Amino acid sequence: MAPDDQAPRPSSGFRIQRPGAAAQSTTVGEATPEAAEEVFLDDDAQLDLSTDDARIHVEETLARLDVELVGLANVKRRVREIAALLLVDRARRQFGLASSRPTLHMSFTGGPGTGKTTVALRMAQMLHAMGYIRSPKVHTVTRDDLVGQFIGHTAPKTKAAIAKAAGGVLFIDEAYYLFRPENERDYGQEVIEILLQEMESERASMVVIFAGYPDRMDTFFSANPGLSSRVPHHIAFEEYTHDELVQISELMVAGENFRFDERGREAFSAYLDLRMRQPRFSNARSVRNAIERCRLRQAKRLVELQRPLTKDDLITINEQDVHGSSLFQHSKDAGIDSRAQSRTNSDATT
Amino acid sequence: MKLRHGAFSYLPELTDAEIAAQVRYALLNDWPLSIEYTDDPHPRNIYWEMWGLPLFDLDEPDGVMAEINACRATFPGHYIRVLAYDARLGRQTTALHFLVQRPADEPGFLLTRAEGQDRQQTYAVHSYSTSRAADRYGTEHR
Repeated sequence: MAPDDQAPRPSSGFRIQRPGAAAQSTTVGEATPEAAEEVFLDDDAQLDLSTDDARIHVEETLARLDVELVGLANVKRRVREIAALLLVDRARRQFGLASSRPTLHMSFTGGPGTGKTTVALRMAQMLHAMGYIRSPKVHTVTRDDLVGQFIGHTAPKTKAAIAKAAGGVLFIDEAYYLFRPENERDYGQEVIEILLQEMESERASMVVIFAGYPDRMDTFFSANPGLSSRVPHHIAFEEYTHDELVQISELMVAGENFRFDERGREAFSAYLDLRMRQPRFSNARSVRNAIERCRLRQAKRLVELQRPLTKDDLITINEQDVHGSSLFQHSKDAGIDSRAQSRTNSDATT
Repeated sequence: MKLRHGAFSYLPELTDAEIAAQVRYALLNDWPLSIEYTDDPHPRNIYWEMWGLPLFDLDEPDGVMAEINACRATFPGHYIRVLAYDARLGRQTTALHFLVQRPADEPGFLLTRAEGQDRQQTYAVHSYSTSRAADRYGTEHR
């Protein structure tokens, strides 16, 4: 045996972890050298938060959040609060004030298309900038990716998803599907238990975000009190108002290098008015789909023009493209909603 | 006798943080990792028992470290190594492997001589750890 084999080395931390030999590995020079390396500020020192270089990244991310996402005032406020919490936590650590790592597991509840996934992406970037997680990536999973097909299949599957998301954000979309009260032998419960275990552990630098529709998430959390108590941040995404949806449509159209002409814009506003009353309206996602269909109709119109096209032709979506929607036909034919119809007619004729 | 096996075996033993750093290096090279264990460190025993399946599709070392710790907890007295496989065409081989656990007591090897045909003498290496049946198979097999 090499002579230096058992001698404790001064600065290079602990030896290979060996449960049988725990006593000898936990000798001097484990935590102490690490703690001694850090230099803390004096008690009367002052710290200017605005000079923190992480803050600049965070401000960039928050600014992008403001520009890209319309509305969602309470979500943005909550994200800012979390950013501030982490910033202060960093400052406290520079003074050597020990405190436990803040728990940042979250639940995002909101209707379809209210921007939960987008906010999760921005959240990951912000947490990364603050040094809370190691990489700004979001691993999105649903029930299928976590729950196994047979006994003993669930745990490895869930652990693989957790390993994949390690150091980043694990985004569980439609998390309420994990819990099926009608079937007590459902493997979803096992997933929840494994997730809880992982969320408890201090060293895991992973943030779990549960996302889903508000009513069903409420039942999900009330049925799993252990889970609810370990998720300190519940963020509710409100449905967009008509004005916000119009703003979103403008942003989307501009993002695709298109634009509405004056009457096209009015027509789209009227379309949104109709569409919002329809069942299965999914906010920004419905807007995106509507714009895609407008592009289809615009393309058809341009092809049928039978004349050379200008750049202006190619980027403009006009009233005709919007009014081609089946929604306008239906409301005219059947007159389901007389109010909506009269409004459409008046909009269309102005 | 300290077993010199795999990369870094002439260095001081790696800490968990250093193991994680090596694992990260492998992941950055797109080498999937796997974990193997054995109680027989014979030099010709090249295929050790696999701990689970190879770990594909990881970006961060946490998942590998969790598996290493699970393997350590199950086999506290075994040798455990981590292998990184390079799947590129033309390489398709183990790119890196190193020990992450060795037993507290490493008994070493016995060199034996055997007489072959025409009184030719051949040598054989025998690892002591395989002769302790109680350690390998439990006391009921003694």
